[in-house]
Amino acid sequence: MLLAGLVLTALFLVFAIFAPLIAPYGYSQLRDANGSFGAQQEPSAAHVWGTTVGGYDVLSRVIWGAQTGLFVIVVAVVLSIFLGVFLGLISGYIGGWLDRVLVVIADAIYAFPSLLLAIVMAIVISGGQSGLVGGVFAAAISLTVIYIPQYFRVIRAETTRIKSEAFVESARVIGASTPRIMFRHVLRNATRTLPLIFTLNSSEAILTLAGLGFLGFGIEPSSAAEWGYDLNKSISDVTSGIWWTSLFPGLAIVFAVLGITLVGESLNDLADPRLRGRRSVAASAGLTAQTFVVAGGVIDPPGGLAGLEGPAS
Amino acid sequence: MSVAEIRDLVVSFSSDAGAVKAVDGVTLTVEPGEVLAIVGESGSGKTVTAKTILGLLPETATASGAVILSRSSGGEVDVVTLSRSRLREVRGTDVAMIFQEPSTALNPVFTVGWQIIEGLRAHERISRAEGKAKAIEILRQVGIPDPETRVNYYPHQFSGGQKQRIVIAMALVLRPGLIVADEPTTALDVTVQAEILDLLRTLRDDFGTAIVLITHNMGVVADLSDRVAVMYQGKVVEQASTRELFANPKADYTKSLLAAVPYVGQGRAGAAARLSGRSREVVEPLVRAEDLLIEYPGRLGRAGFRAVDGVSFTIAPREVLGLVGESGSGKTTIGRAIAGLTRATGGSLNVLGTEMVRHRERDFRKNRVDIGFVFQDPASSFNPLLTIAECVAEPLIVHKRAGDVKAARGRVDELLEAVQLPKSYGDRYPHELSGGQRQRASLARALALQPKLLIADEPTSALDVSVQARVLELFAQLQREFGFACLFISHDLAVVDILADRIAVLYKGRLVEEGTGAEVLGAPQHPYTQRLLASLPVPDPVAQAERRENLRAIRAAEAAS
Repeated sequence: MLLAGLVLTALFLVFAIFAPLIAPYGYSQLRDANGSFGAQQEPSAAHVWGTTVGGYDVLSRVIWGAQTGLFVIVVAVVLSIFLGVFLGLISGYIGGWLDRVLVVIADAIYAFPSLLLAIVMAIVISGGQSGLVGGVFAAAISLTVIYIPQYFRVIRAETTRIKSEAFVESARVIGASTPRIMFRHVLRNATRTLPLIFTLNSSEAILTLAGLGFLGFGIEPSSAAEWGYDLNKSISDVTSGIWWTSLFPGLAIVFAVLGITLVGESLNDLADPRLRGRRSVAASAGLTAQTFVVAGGVIDPPGGLAGLEGPAS
Repeated sequence: MSVAEIRDLVVSFSSDAGAVKAVDGVTLTVEPGEVLAIVGESGSGKTVTAKTILGLLPETATASGAVILSRSSGGEVDVVTLSRSRLREVRGTDVAMIFQEPSTALNPVFTVGWQIIEGLRAHERISRAEGKAKAIEILRQVGIPDPETRVNYYPHQFSGGQKQRIVIAMALVLRPGLIVADEPTTALDVTVQAEILDLLRTLRDDFGTAIVLITHNMGVVADLSDRVAVMYQGKVVEQASTRELFANPKADYTKSLLAAVPYVGQGRAGAAARLSGRSREVVEPLVRAEDLLIEYPGRLGRAGFRAVDGVSFTIAPREVLGLVGESGSGKTTIGRAIAGLTRATGGSLNVLGTEMVRHRERDFRKNRVDIGFVFQDPASSFNPLLTIAECVAEPLIVHKRAGDVKAARGRVDELLEAVQLPKSYGDRYPHELSGGQRQRASLARALALQPKLLIADEPTSALDVSVQARVLELFAQLQREFGFACLFISHDLAVVDILADRIAVLYKGRLVEEGTGAEVLGAPQHPYTQRLLASLPVPDPVAQAERRENLRAIRAAEAAS
């Protein structure tokens, strides 16, 4: 499962980063040296996956679409992760009324549908129709608002748990200042689950962007390729037997989301030893665990404390 | 015919680091009506051996060899090769288990009666009324007062000792020939432990039940068992009758294990020597508590819980005060209040010249240089992401004695050497050290700033006996060298006796007795101290039998008054 996820995610990243090299045509290219591509052309040698109703090459649009998806993920996660983690840390460690207020706000945001928020953002930023930057930010900002409570809650829960651990108390006894305890002792121990939420959120980011595009609040085809937009334009094609315009962008969404989600879920399993599969061993295999650090056990300790728990190694 | 026979048992676990052999060729037999104690330190394979008897090994384990159980219905079975459904038949009817932690072994959302009947109905068709009658009967037998009403109570309505009685009742209800008790008294206070041990003894005497007792407490072994098997690194190193083993241990490991067990009376000479060495002049105490009150706030509209109730004591410079009490007696709360981790709510608590009642952290922070704290659990008292050197350097950096970890390293190395750890251990992470090593590193961290006062909260209770002995020895040595005053908190009278100049006994938040070790342990005045002392099992079966009679007399006197 992890392997499949990693392969899909790696493909997604490769396509996103090297889109200009891999794609046969540009995302807004309508003609080449041989003249116009023509609309709704069947798959052929020149256009392996055919062309869309607008006359774009489907294969190139799908490959360039990965790039737009990656943009949204990066912007949304970068915007939300710092603020979410910081607020979660403060709220969990300091507690009191601040914590209660922040939790209530986070809960309220949870109840808000992200797609609706994204539409509002799209309208606010660029009046509904937009270029690459406007479209990406509309999706990313609405996702940020949704994601901050997620990071907030996870970090807050970890922080409240870690706060009562003995090593935090020992830092308090030492006299370390509150910021020092928060950032040196608590923060690094609280971030274990972040990669998991990060991957799961990434797949949600792609879905939101695609949803926006499908609803018509996406990015103009002249400024970037976007899977949701292409799907939207292919609705009428489906009934007339033109399958290639909708199938490939749809599959791209499915595989990108599936790949990233699989990586996330596998990370979850890897982090939890109880979910990790283990091969059984032969009864006689292995050495008896050395449970003693005293060299040779406590039998005949080599003189007082000096030989206590093994020589320096 | 023996109840259970373990022949050449080998158990291996698969782990991240490859295969680990936990039990290596163990052969044991348990006779009817016999208590066989399996002793050993953590990781010696004693619990794995016992769990194999019930077929309770996790999926990652592979077992070979044979565990032959004789069934109450006649016949024999080999647990190792038994199928799951047949195992279920055997569990409960032929062999049952008593767990270490009674509060987690009972399901909190069902009544205890329901849970006992559940065990009955799993094995025989029985009507509800019959089941209840049986449950009441068995509760009466394990000494639950008023079982007709109590059978409908939920687990949280019972005390810890009573819960363990109920767990024993559940194990007993189908009259198995063998009961496996895995550290049955470790989670309990000493006085309650004595009662549970009495109950287990009646099981053996009245019902003829054989018991496999797994424990690391040599006092419990001496008190209850008939025969002892000592395990070390997955092997049985010695097997003998209890009297024989304690009087005349053969294996070197057994000898050193017995020598490491602390006993009351050990520390008297040391305390006297320290007392004579100390100057007679009257000095201002470092800590002075007067009528100290500590309350935890209750829920809305409810009164708070008073953990410490009018306690007065002082700790002079260079003095070790031992604080003893049961769980819930408030001893840890006092330690935490002195370190400023818990708020003192009333009376007066003066620590190094700062009044701790309604104190402000800002005013107290300057005093933190002079206070060290050693925590109970060595596993969690270090930040798992920092190396030992970084952890030990932390107080130096916080108080600006060193700029960064590198600059502090020289001092850190000195400290590690002071606690007898090799310098190179500074580069290791906490999980790469054993419990004893970690506790010594914890000591190094607490001493980094050369504090005037050290608070040690049960520093050795998570350690094995032999490791505990070494840590205590080191502790005493460092105290002589560095000359810090110390509040040593423990539930173990024998441990406190080794170190403390004076001993204070807490009972339900009140200080019931205070004095030198000789006074408190030699001639206890308060009935609670007397009972506490009498309940402490000593690692000597002959002496323990006598003490048992003593305790019975004390209890009878208490009941009469």
